Amino acid sequence: MSEYIIKNGNVFDPVQGIKGDKADVAIKDGKIVDKVGSGAKVIDAKGKTVMAGAVEIHAHIAGPKINMGRIYRPEDKLFTCTPTKGLERMGGGASIPTTFKTGYEYAKMGYTTAMEAAMPPLFSRHVHEEIRDTPIIDEGAYPVFGNNWFVMEYLKNKEIENTAAYIAWLIRVTKGFAVKVVNPGGTEAWAWGLNCLSVNDPVPYFDITPAEIITGLIEANEYLGLPHSLHIHPNNLGNPGCYETTLDTLKLAEGYKAKNKFGREQVMHLTHTQFHSYGGTNWGDFESKAKEVMDYVNKNKNITIDTGNVTLDETTTMTADGPFEHHLSGLNHLKWANIDVELETGSGVVPYIYSPNISVCAIQWAIGLEIALLAKDPMRCYITTDHPNAGPFTRYPRVIKWLMSAKAREAQVNAFKHKDKVLSQTSIGTLDREISLYELAQMTRAGPAKSLGLASMCGGLKPGMDADVAVYNFNPDKPVANPDDIEKAFSRCAHVFKSGVEVVTNGEIVSNGHKRTLWVNVKVKDNPQVMRDINEKFLKYYSMTQANYEALGHHFVPNPYTLEVDAT
Amino acid sequence: METVTITMKNPPALYLEADNVSPDAFAGKTAAQIAELHVHEGNVTSTLGKYFDVSGNAGATAVDTKIIVKGDVKKVKYLGFKMSAGELVVEGSTDLYAGAWMTGGKMLVKGNAEGFAATAMKGGELVIEGNAGNYLGAAYRGDWRGMSGGKILVKGNAGSDIGMYMLGGEIIVNGNVDVHVCTHAEGGKVIIKGNAKSKVGGQMVDGTIYVFGSIDTMMPGFKPAGEIELEVDGVKAKFAHYIGDMGERHKKKKGQIVYANLYKKI
Repeated sequence: MSEYIIKNGNVFDPVQGIKGDKADVAIKDGKIVDKVGSGAKVIDAKGKTVMAGAVEIHAHIAGPKINMGRIYRPEDKLFTCTPTKGLERMGGGASIPTTFKTGYEYAKMGYTTAMEAAMPPLFSRHVHEEIRDTPIIDEGAYPVFGNNWFVMEYLKNKEIENTAAYIAWLIRVTKGFAVKVVNPGGTEAWAWGLNCLSVNDPVPYFDITPAEIITGLIEANEYLGLPHSLHIHPNNLGNPGCYETTLDTLKLAEGYKAKNKFGREQVMHLTHTQFHSYGGTNWGDFESKAKEVMDYVNKNKNITIDTGNVTLDETTTMTADGPFEHHLSGLNHLKWANIDVELETGSGVVPYIYSPNISVCAIQWAIGLEIALLAKDPMRCYITTDHPNAGPFTRYPRVIKWLMSAKAREAQVNAFKHKDKVLSQTSIGTLDREISLYELAQMTRAGPAKSLGLASMCGGLKPGMDADVAVYNFNPDKPVANPDDIEKAFSRCAHVFKSGVEVVTNGEIVSNGHKRTLWVNVKVKDNPQVMRDINEKFLKYYSMTQANYEALGHHFVPNPYTLEVDAT
Repeated sequence: METVTITMKNPPALYLEADNVSPDAFAGKTAAQIAELHVHEGNVTSTLGKYFDVSGNAGATAVDTKIIVKGDVKKVKYLGFKMSAGELVVEGSTDLYAGAWMTGGKMLVKGNAEGFAATAMKGGELVIEGNAGNYLGAAYRGDWRGMSGGKILVKGNAGSDIGMYMLGGEIIVNGNVDVHVCTHAEGGKVIIKGNAKSKVGGQMVDGTIYVFGSIDTMMPGFKPAGEIELEVDGVKAKFAHYIGDMGERHKKKKGQIVYANLYKKI
């Protein structure tokens, strides 16, 4: 493999504590190294910003619900198609881009690892086929467990060991990465025409509460010692006053400590926090409770979060929270699609326009930014748009602009039709913090990598780590003349390396790299009871056989990277 | 106003996507520059000049530009695509998406226009002297934002699904129409001088349809609301009034539920 030396760049690397020093980054055989030979290819990064490749902790980029969006939203591809160009295959779509466009767009912005946030286990094969067709970036997927019949039955009887054995089996056969929970119990309750809007609402038939599902899954997760913690989308998403449910959910993590060999410190990751930080009793007195949620998060070190920033675009919402999507289509009267996934989960899809002329949308925008600006520890708060729910991931450069420039935020606030309402219902007008490049590297690289248990592999530039490097046309020594320059610089990298291969040069794809699928192989003690239960459920309830369930072999996972965990 | 005439000299083997034939795209260009504008035939991109003779220079802006399209353009799509001003005359018949996404100006098709003419039209005027195809003034596939402004006149017949998801503007069809009129519409006005078939106003939330001739099968979601004397497009007559679609959600205005209106000439 080639050797490279990226010379004289302004390096930002929280892993080594480097805060913009002029330094060289050397690459050899796919890894960051101390030094390279004189024959190494020199990349001149003078006056540029150098960071590790960014890590996406939560996005919906592969699988049946994304495809449902693609199928029923042909208008998303209207005027957004890109023809074949050089190494790039044709692509299309704005909020739900094709797999190829997804890979290219992430890479061009300097992202080298991304996690699919909700994999229905039954459709893991589909998820992996799409991951395979998404070039360049390493990807993993989180199977969803929060409405799973096995989990609810085991946890009703507090059978942590059996839950853990089931999780280990399911993560192995679906080639999954982490334990995801979406509206615990609520999606199953919805199959009975109900929902769980608090952590104490019982799930019909199963007679278990969301709180019991959440604590049971934390215990099982730590019993196994998985690289990532429980990754949760709590109950009551998106409703005025939902922050109370969010705080109740976060409190469930109290007293639990992370147990794993990957350097992860949290036991719960709260995702798209913006959607869970709403106060008020209706859309009229809707207000931000970002401060209340962030005060709690700042104090409790066993929690990490991501933001879920609203980008003020037309987008496609999609979640395994089926009841929420039904509710949303009743609010905006746009088309609604629903998928039930037998025994396991469900999902819904609804297009949504976050209009700057609607006060609720503008307040949502402000809440997302408040969360990031109120975060005291950038290593525990990561930037996401919950792609495509709050906005497409291609808008990260714009979110970065808003976070790095109070002037840019002020300009956007002034452009809102209901400016006064935004200022009275949120604290966005009083926050003058500007995220530094070092903090940005924490929020988009070192932080999410650590939360995912990948800290020794990616998110930093320490020798021995994977050579995922992004070089931006951004000179930190010069004052920013126009905040739009920040957005422009973070939209298209000067250079991107993925595992030591230069994949982007001057914003263009120059290699499709060696994309890997990250998955976790957990070994547990033989558990005949769980194996018998699985066998029985397939015979009795599933509409497919167990033999057709597993995602295995070259077709589904052509280039795996396996994280081994021994919980025997 | 300057006039540019483009004449088909080399008909395409496949369908030609000519999304640059509009006063906006031609404005400020000489005949030679216009001939260099791109067109797509299948997956091959080439120039307008490969298929058309171009004569005359365009005006400085779209407003000062008139385009005349001569020859056989039955296999040419997207004429007048996104035009905002000026004039476009197609002397024969044309294929899909004539005047699609137009926001202003005047477009005249002397022959027939195929489906999706004036898709999501926002303004301006489209006159089709022959027949129009399906999805006239409708939304793009999957979209919920149909024609929202401007005026369409079809002197012949129109196909099915006209005014689908219509939000505003006006469509007049002098002849007959096929099934599905104003499906899902939330505004606008459609006048059918001839006959309609069925599914007239299905799932319509708001807007108005006038039918001068017969309707083969009424939608069950429309309810009789008396008779009324109206002047429609210069014609005074008595109409049977229906409101609907009762199966859909409807907005309230000043405490009153707003229904879509269907008027059928008696």
